[in-house]
Amino acid sequence: MPENENYREIEITVFRYNPQDKDSTPEYQTYTLTETPGMTLYIALIQIWSKMDHDLSFDFVCRAGICGSCSMVVNGKPRLACKTRTNEFEDGKITLLPLPAFKHIKDLSVDTGNWMNAMSKKLESWIHTQEETDLSRIEKPVDPEVADEVFELDRCIECGICLASCSTKIMRDDFVGAVGLNRTARFSIDPHDQRTDEDFYELIGDENGVFGCMSLMGCEDHCPKNLPLQTKIAYMRRKMVKVK
Amino acid sequence: MKIIYTDALVVGGGLAGLRSAIAARDKGLDTIVLSMVPVKRSHSAAAQGGMQASLANSVKGEGDNEDIHFADTVKGSDWGCDQKVARMFVTTAPKAIRELAAWGVPWSRIGKGERTVVINGKHETFNERDEAYGLINARDFGGTKKWRTCYTSDATGHTMLYAVANEALKRDVDIHDKKEAISIIHDNGVCHGVIVRDLINGELIAYVARGTMIATGGYGRIYKQSTNAIICKGIGTAIVLETGIAELGNMEAVQFHPTPIVPSGILLTEGCRGDGGVLRDKDGYRFMPDYEPEKKELASRDVVSRRMIEHIRKGKGVKSPYGDHLWLDISILGREHIEKNLRDVQDIAISFNGIDPADEGPKGWMPVLPMQHYSMGGIRVKPTGESTTMKGLFSAGEAACWDLHGFNRLGGNSVSEAVVSGMIVGEYFAQYCHETHLNTNTSVIEGHLEAQINYLKEILSYDGGLNIFDIKDEMRSIMQEKVGIFRNGDDLLEAVHRLEALLKKTKEITVESKSLGNNPGLNEAYRVPKMLKLALCAAKGALQRTESRGAHYREDYPKRDDMHWLKRTITTWENPEDTLPSIHYEEIDIMEMEMPPAFRGYGRKDSLIENPMSAQREAEIEEIRKTLGTVDRFTIQEALLDYELPGKLKHKNERVGVGYA
Repeated sequence: MPENENYREIEITVFRYNPQDKDSTPEYQTYTLTETPGMTLYIALIQIWSKMDHDLSFDFVCRAGICGSCSMVVNGKPRLACKTRTNEFEDGKITLLPLPAFKHIKDLSVDTGNWMNAMSKKLESWIHTQEETDLSRIEKPVDPEVADEVFELDRCIECGICLASCSTKIMRDDFVGAVGLNRTARFSIDPHDQRTDEDFYELIGDENGVFGCMSLMGCEDHCPKNLPLQTKIAYMRRKMVKVK
Repeated sequence: MKIIYTDALVVGGGLAGLRSAIAARDKGLDTIVLSMVPVKRSHSAAAQGGMQASLANSVKGEGDNEDIHFADTVKGSDWGCDQKVARMFVTTAPKAIRELAAWGVPWSRIGKGERTVVINGKHETFNERDEAYGLINARDFGGTKKWRTCYTSDATGHTMLYAVANEALKRDVDIHDKKEAISIIHDNGVCHGVIVRDLINGELIAYVARGTMIATGGYGRIYKQSTNAIICKGIGTAIVLETGIAELGNMEAVQFHPTPIVPSGILLTEGCRGDGGVLRDKDGYRFMPDYEPEKKELASRDVVSRRMIEHIRKGKGVKSPYGDHLWLDISILGREHIEKNLRDVQDIAISFNGIDPADEGPKGWMPVLPMQHYSMGGIRVKPTGESTTMKGLFSAGEAACWDLHGFNRLGGNSVSEAVVSGMIVGEYFAQYCHETHLNTNTSVIEGHLEAQINYLKEILSYDGGLNIFDIKDEMRSIMQEKVGIFRNGDDLLEAVHRLEALLKKTKEITVESKSLGNNPGLNEAYRVPKMLKLALCAAKGALQRTESRGAHYREDYPKRDDMHWLKRTITTWENPEDTLPSIHYEEIDIMEMEMPPAFRGYGRKDSLIENPMSAQREAEIEEIRKTLGTVDRFTIQEALLDYELPGKLKHKNERVGVGYA
């Protein structure tokens, strides 16, 4: 990285709190650093951690927008930190909060894994079939367009941003969220899955499922993968309404 | 003291670990998966371009089978791989992909009628066969004779990982995330589990099991520039090394991928070139055909990466504040193709570089430079996945060296290996856990737990004032500059000395926070010495290997030397106080090969020191073929090389138009 006096200083203010430490109290801490070309919040936070504050906790894994680990609230909006460039913020002031709706671990780190696994289990988020697959035989053909449609919905990275943007989730802790409803939509169109609408009704036909959504669509506004959440929730709701 | 007992313990929640856990659960074993991160965030998710399996569905894959996949893999490895393992792999890969299809991976499927593709910079149209309609599609990849790489756009690893993780959840595999294994519990040469640090509250827990599987991925983060996720620090590999008993194999075999984007190092899939993308220099000139007239951009990764650096050294690189780079041009594939089949690539280029690769002309070209990508080396295990020297310790996937890839892995063979080894090794592992009774006592377990508590306290008591992050940065720079794509004796010797000095310095640090709880500074303080040990294994192995093979290239020994170096590097760390690894070698026997060493078909033709045994074995093979007369390919194969697979995995694979032939 070339030294250049034209680079501006930016201020990153981070929520600090360790709920496991009795002596810890929630507070903000501000770090000042030099912005370099192409700087992302990943680069900035790693710099703060390695040069200024070894005790700062946050979650990055792929740093490429693929794994969904680094969701946090950036100046009021939930986003993937790795894909957020610091030069987006004209005044150079960025405030970071941990993602709401999940158990807080420390500073910017939250526990998404246990919630997502529980949701996946609750919605039986796997193929249900009576067919036995003989692995030596040619696979079952699938219409290429159907495969592409399933793929489109399979792109969800369980980043939790839809839940952090969701008002129902604030009221109902067990609400499965757009992530869960999209997941059922994904399996309902998968030709390998033999479940009927009645079967899906058992999973999402209540206020913690598709009837809990108030259609405020914060989920779709913030989804980093641009999933068609609004249409798919409506799609599942129409199907579920018809179930007797 | 907290001790958790289970039957089968899997460390690592990527494709290899989860698929192994499924094998264990299917045998009715209590199974725990430990992972540093939620399992669906494992680095398997980052695999973009695809999975190799010789389905031969597409016209461009017609005629493909296990034999051709085998030959490509062996050539790719520069004859460093274990051919028995390669056979096990290619036979199982079609079954693995069909299992994944049944589990819902939305593989791209073959459409009806005309299909237009870009080959060698030109548009070509062909018709797919009617009987292949709806079957799994494939794209071209480097170092392969046929189009064999199956894909879901460029998010293949993601869809595979989600399917396998959901299947694990379905079977009630117990997933414990935010847990890091920091030491192996062992006694009398038998592994009994691991000591784990809970990354939420810092608590140390002993996980005790009949069998333990390490599937923690590669060690790419010992390099400054790597495509790997930041969790790929090789800690699982390092704790195996630290037993002093278990061995690592070929640690100097490190792959550099031709096309990570500059400067972030995020990968742009080989699918970019497989689908017809080309490399250009500062003049916009497509240079690869000059170096590799036959395979061009699609030679193996080690070859393309070296050719790129060679071209930059001739002054043809594009200057930038981050050093010289080259261009990757996929705009010729057209916007529609990019937005369907290379959409993550497009998203990455737009998000991190402000470049839309679908824009025509130089505006859409993406800056690329070879960077560390894959660890061929790892925990040395038998074809069953069990450690060569420690009972009850297994390894699969990138963490292992069982040894499928030798000195260079082909693109598309990594996620493929992860699930395939999860099926094969997972089965052997499950068998072991099923048949074995836990035979240890609590004093052994407590002793190991106590040792780790004392070690962490010792780290917190260091007061030398050095910053562990500075030590880590220096290690990563040394690896980058001295143990990189082009290597030489002087640089490697310097690297070994400097890394050894750094390892000693890790005791002269000061950790600011003295908490044994959630303390990210302490995390680095115990990880960096482990990473340094792996770096030393790689550097010393590279220094001693006075030849060039696959990704290991010595400018002072540019030839592949089959006379002296057809051997696997085996590394151990004999005593905890040692500051250097011990190295010995394992011979690779040409006379047992199905395919004796020859020219790979790409790379430099003149750079080979042949072993007369190659010709001898070739003649022997010819003789066997003659004696057998007209028989099918399976009979010939069996006569040349014997291999085993558990259960139904050895069955023949059916293909369109040819049945089980």
